[in-house]
Amino acid sequence: MAKKTGEAEVRPVVSILGTPVKCFYGPEDLPDFDYKEKLNDPGEYPFTRGVYSTMYRSSLWTMRQYSGQSTSDSTNERFKYLLKNGQTGLSLAFDLPTQIGLDSDMPLAEDDVGKLGVAVDSLEDFERIFDGIALDQISTSFTINATAPIILAMYVLVAEKQGVDPKRLRGTIQNDILKEYIARGTWIFPPEPSIKLVGDLVEYCNREIPRFNAISVSGTHILEYGANTVQAVALAISIAEVYIREVLKRGSHIDKIAPLFSFHLPIGGRDFNFFEDIARLRGARRYWAKLMKEKYGAQHKRSLQFRFSTGGMGGGLTAEQPLNNIARASIYAMAAVFSGTRSLNLACFDEVYAIPSDLAIRTSLRVQQILAHETGVADVVDPLGGSYYVEKLTDEMEAKIGEIIGKIESDGGIVKLIESGSIQRELARQSYAIQKRISSGEKVLVGVNKFNVKEEERDLEVYKTDPETINRQLQRLKAVKENRDQGKVESALQQLESAAGRGDNLIPYLFEPLRGKATVGEIIDTLKKVYGTFKEPTTV
Amino acid sequence: METDKTIRVLIAKIGLDGHDVGAKVLIFWLRDEGMEVIYTGLRQSVEQVVEVALQETVDVIGVSILSGSHLSIAKKLIKRLRERELDDVLVLFGGTIPKDDVGALKEMGIHGVFPSHSKLEEISAFIKQNVRHGEE
Repeated sequence: MAKKTGEAEVRPVVSILGTPVKCFYGPEDLPDFDYKEKLNDPGEYPFTRGVYSTMYRSSLWTMRQYSGQSTSDSTNERFKYLLKNGQTGLSLAFDLPTQIGLDSDMPLAEDDVGKLGVAVDSLEDFERIFDGIALDQISTSFTINATAPIILAMYVLVAEKQGVDPKRLRGTIQNDILKEYIARGTWIFPPEPSIKLVGDLVEYCNREIPRFNAISVSGTHILEYGANTVQAVALAISIAEVYIREVLKRGSHIDKIAPLFSFHLPIGGRDFNFFEDIARLRGARRYWAKLMKEKYGAQHKRSLQFRFSTGGMGGGLTAEQPLNNIARASIYAMAAVFSGTRSLNLACFDEVYAIPSDLAIRTSLRVQQILAHETGVADVVDPLGGSYYVEKLTDEMEAKIGEIIGKIESDGGIVKLIESGSIQRELARQSYAIQKRISSGEKVLVGVNKFNVKEEERDLEVYKTDPETINRQLQRLKAVKENRDQGKVESALQQLESAAGRGDNLIPYLFEPLRGKATVGEIIDTLKKVYGTFKEPTTV
Repeated sequence: METDKTIRVLIAKIGLDGHDVGAKVLIFWLRDEGMEVIYTGLRQSVEQVVEVALQETVDVIGVSILSGSHLSIAKKLIKRLRERELDDVLVLFGGTIPKDDVGALKEMGIHGVFPSHSKLEEISAFIKQNVRHGEE
């Protein structure tokens, strides 16, 4: 209800938490505020203000646009294009068959080969992707989950071939399978063996590739699926705890493994609110620090630091008047910087239509560069710290994150909620509710349900996958299979199967099959014999 | 509703794309609009979807694809529907579909194309106006 203050009509505003938002905030909103306890300086426990003391004054966030297309050669070309344009890290997108362990020549793969990212069937494809790119000079992020162990093993093998010590490899592998059952759907095995494989990779990286983030627990897909901005963060932390428990039960110490955990969290999307998005990430940093210290007994600073990259979400971008999306993404990017992100990927203005064109991806990179170099927003760490409003919101967000996680635990834990489909059901319902609010105009989308004057249609040149992709990939795969030592492949796969049966850490058993040019699909089929496949619960 | 008979809709995910929240949102909406809606779940083949359509005697098949594979899948689906003599079924495509491909899909015989961000009301209105059930 609108209230009258003097003559002026006051527009009512409700936060994502359902609480009414005041017109301004003051000291009375932060009674007994203790700087040391609530905030402390950046780089100090509980890290509310940031995980490092100097943040972007020492090094800017990594500008990492997600890319990967059709074949290994064209991906290699785009990587070189982005590096030439000043990008500082690589991020590789895989096609769906690679993500769910099908070779390009397997049934059901045909229509998806090379469509959303690069097709990887064997080590040869992977070597071509990084041809001429020195792996000790860059960091690479891999958006891969069910087949993450295979991809990481391939990266190690490419490093070996380049003469780079795997201990010097830097980057991040997503390796977060649980959110795939909730959103995006690139699962293969049931949750239990999948969690085991996540643990294998974390354990292996801890031992052999210590500078590599073995996991990036991701809230972005959950947000696109219908979670609100706080739920997306809370669910990611809840999922991270499942993996932490998996590795701890193998005898690892929390201070050995917590530093390997990083998060990929959404900024923007259909529920975007500039201050709420920032506050919940500040609140999440404080929540995590306390969780690691108080619940898990972590002591090392790095275990307590909630390190995250951010994805500027495509869900908030619109098909209508697509150039408006550049403005939206710029504001998401600013929120990400104020949140203290360590890395940023922005959805591109044409992504509603297809994977981004060169122009769109370069524009997203330029948005980041303009923020970093022209605006001053990167000069001071946590510039919003101390704002009555932001601190009040941060407190509320931290409490809400704890409340959501507590509820999940008391309902039997996130794995149970995933297996029964109840979390998927709840979030899909929420997505429907948001859609109805957009349809009714209650939630404003500029150019869609407000200010939507019919304008002249502008043709966007969208990216088109080369139709020859699949044929080229099939020929290569055929050649690989013809030229390898079949007996060697079979015996290596046999050993992998035995190791899976014994419950050993599988990563060391992946190298031999890969060296012998076993394909991703063959490795996954071998593991399916031991692990079985996931059956989707009914959710609608 | 223009007719007494309940409209039966099959919402399908064909191919490997796992982005299904759009499909689910549409399912909720069509049910609220009084239609009976069946969902195939993920990773279906064209053949599987057509068999379900046949067994469930649906009036409408809605295919959701966000992975860019809409053209090749549409071609196979239309062919299969003709083989199984399901020419009367209203076929809709939705998802990440570039403007240029909308016309191409329609030429192939897809009746309605609703790219991401299409209005739910438009989709249900289209179904009600174009569904051909009960006319055989």
